[in-house]
Amino acid sequence: MTIKKKREQLVGYLFISPFIIGFVCFISIPMLLSLGFSFTKYDILSPPKFIGLENYITMFTQDPLFWKTFGVTMFYVLFSVPLRLLMALAVALLLVRPGKLSAFYRTVFYLPSIIGSSVAIAILWKRMFASNGMINALLGELGIQSSVAWLGRSGTAIWTLILLAVWQFGSSMLIFLAGLKQIPRYLYEAATVDGANWIAKFFKITLPMLSPTIFFNLINQLINGFMAFTQSFIITEGKPQNTTLFYVVYMYQNSFKYNKLGYGCALAWFMVLVVGGLTALLFLTQKRWVYYETE
Amino acid sequence: MKKKRIRTLVYHIVVFSFAAVMVYPVLWMIMGSFKTSNEILNSAQSLLPEKFLLQNYITGWQGFAGYSFGAFFKNSIFISTVATLGAVLSSSVVGFGFARCRFPMKNFWFGCMLLSMMLPFQVIMIPQYILFNRLGWVGTYLPLIIPQFCAQGFFVFLNVQFIKGIPVELDEAARIDGAGIFQIFGLIILPLIKSSIVTSAIFSFMWRWDDFLAALLYLNQPKKYPVSLALKLFSDPTSGSDWGAMFAMATLSLLPIFIIFMTMQRYLVEGIASTGIKG
Repeated sequence: MTIKKKREQLVGYLFISPFIIGFVCFISIPMLLSLGFSFTKYDILSPPKFIGLENYITMFTQDPLFWKTFGVTMFYVLFSVPLRLLMALAVALLLVRPGKLSAFYRTVFYLPSIIGSSVAIAILWKRMFASNGMINALLGELGIQSSVAWLGRSGTAIWTLILLAVWQFGSSMLIFLAGLKQIPRYLYEAATVDGANWIAKFFKITLPMLSPTIFFNLINQLINGFMAFTQSFIITEGKPQNTTLFYVVYMYQNSFKYNKLGYGCALAWFMVLVVGGLTALLFLTQKRWVYYETE
Repeated sequence: MKKKRIRTLVYHIVVFSFAAVMVYPVLWMIMGSFKTSNEILNSAQSLLPEKFLLQNYITGWQGFAGYSFGAFFKNSIFISTVATLGAVLSSSVVGFGFARCRFPMKNFWFGCMLLSMMLPFQVIMIPQYILFNRLGWVGTYLPLIIPQFCAQGFFVFLNVQFIKGIPVELDEAARIDGAGIFQIFGLIILPLIKSSIVTSAIFSFMWRWDDFLAALLYLNQPKKYPVSLALKLFSDPTSGSDWGAMFAMATLSLLPIFIIFMTMQRYLVEGIASTGIKG
């Protein structure tokens, strides 16, 4: 019996061994290494030199770009995530009623999130918002003469990136659609009998029943928002005046352009703490607004 | 009755127009790939080209640094295919382990897997780079491929969900017939989770195809560039600003994604709806 049990346990570990190897070699060890490196001066060519908390002190007190890029990223997340989720929810509500064309609409709205983070779309965005690009030309057709260089002005550049993020609302929309379809119909029927109008139904039935889905989406999108890289790196290259320089791009520049890998590790760890902290905070508040059906 | 028909009509007009606005930029790029650069720059308001030209594809295909886009496509296909094979295979094995085997600390490891799902690549890119640099892997495809062979959280999760839906009685019947655990996995479970395997394969392929950051970090010779990285360098101002050729190559780079999207949409939608994978 014990030998058989031992064997069974061994086989279990054998099956999950690819994951354990990957988790230890490519995640745990690198994470610990990076914590260690964050207390050193390291340029990959010469051995790391221990400098204590200096990287963190420099970050907080002497590096204006650290605060700048952190602020830019926060701004981006603060607007792109809620806007994207609102758009996803609104369109999901529109598409939830079955119809001949709903599958077609779903496809069209989903397409941008499949291709949106590619280099090809980044190149397209660059041309669209150029001063002689598609947006200005179409505005001209509507009688609004515009030669704004959307990507070149500090007030507008970040919004083109936010727009690109909102454009990719499709995958969240699909998750909302799946969630909406799971809300039992009898709830709405009962509400109709009680004389509730659609506003009441939306706030008293749809939103609470959908709140776990919204919660899940929010956390997912929050993490993705903080990690945005390609958009800033290709479309705006952080310009103008670093108003679109995302945190991850700055981290990349420090580590691989200026060879300050120790500093880069410190930046990475600060981000882990912020994103982890925000996620934990959301989990703490979920009791107040996320409704879980008890069976 | 009439009122209802008008409402349906209004509904379709609103949704259809919005859908048209959403895809317009992509259509504009595809159409732009048949225009001259001059036309793209000076009559950006029009969608259809004055004359359909294939010249952009011929010019663009020549690539840069002595390598044509044919080489870059070959690289992308190689990386994406091998990485996807690794991710799908390892994730189904690990998924089976979590769903069907009993072993100590299972919950701990499952928690680690969920954590790895939440952990973005950007957080570990610097230490991973240091590690791969030590191993002498920088400049090769190994950093892009080997980690994929260690199971991907999302796909493991998907497989676990699927396997849990298969009745355990099936395993037991096979066991009575003398099948070992490996046979149960290979002959019974594996064929039954075809759908989650296909879903993982599609997502994996599309993500690897689109991946830009890892290629940017690890590849340093144009000979080895995948399409994503090649396209970025092709679009840099130093290589000239032939927007027609750029649009042509950008369109081509999206072609595999378009084809997968159109033919495999059912799996994508199911995968997203059941696990909340990001697209």
